[in-house]
Amino acid sequence: MPANVAAIGRSYPPDVYAVGREKVIEYARAVGETDPVHLDAAGARAAGYADVVAPPMFAVVFAGRAITPALFDPEVGIDFAHLVHGRQEFRWGPLVIAGDEITTMTTIADVSQRAGLGWFVFTTESVNERGETVAVGTWTNLVREAEAA
Amino acid sequence: MKPGDELELTVTPDRYLTVRYAGASGDFNPIHIDEEFAREVGLPGRILHGLWTMAQVARAHTDAAGGPGSLRRLSVQFRGMGRLEREITVRGTVREVDGDTAIVASEAVQDGKRIIRNAEAELRLEP
Repeated sequence: MPANVAAIGRSYPPDVYAVGREKVIEYARAVGETDPVHLDAAGARAAGYADVVAPPMFAVVFAGRAITPALFDPEVGIDFAHLVHGRQEFRWGPLVIAGDEITTMTTIADVSQRAGLGWFVFTTESVNERGETVAVGTWTNLVREAEAA
Repeated sequence: MKPGDELELTVTPDRYLTVRYAGASGDFNPIHIDEEFAREVGLPGRILHGLWTMAQVARAHTDAAGGPGSLRRLSVQFRGMGRLEREITVRGTVREVDGDTAIVASEAVQDGKRIIRNAEAELRLEP
């Protein structure tokens, strides 16, 4: 499984995600949020928001979809049978509110081979309809060397 | 919030949590939702989504710091496998505070194993 360093810098067509109220509520429930700003529109409005507020980690919903083409890109060459999600980072900007439209760009930030692992690092930058960067994700996927062929 | 302050959150993922989270997140990898498949690929059974566990770490911080807008950055390392129906404890310690910004180090532990380690968060504190 040689790491394809030629893929570094590769980017993918932007993914546009419309943030829906019920999707935010479904996600917030699944991760155990209890703050009403995430769980119902009335609670969100009472706190001064136009609609339900996405929990910060909702970024995995819009940005996670956007990295799919990179994960499956044969030019990147990830061996799924040995793939492990090693590290994750997000940096957040303004809150994401139901009704927002989020555009995410995915780039292959790094591909390398060290310590018997293939390292595939993707960067996602997610921007709302006002041009504000709402989340920057760094996704580090590790691929264990295949058993000796 | 001042250096040395601690935050903590405990949560026990129920038997069907990974099914709900798969639907909510869009990650339908069968290692999380299909017991038989998980065993066939050498896992002890279905395992938690790492990003769900990271969301628990995030929630520990936003609960402690006063809401979703307080979390500016979070980085984690995933280690080992999170399991269903076993308690997870997220523990964090405030490392430094500079003006309205706090840096918090944390980890998530299940059955004595640190399934998320070396987590670091940057929080924006309420004035």
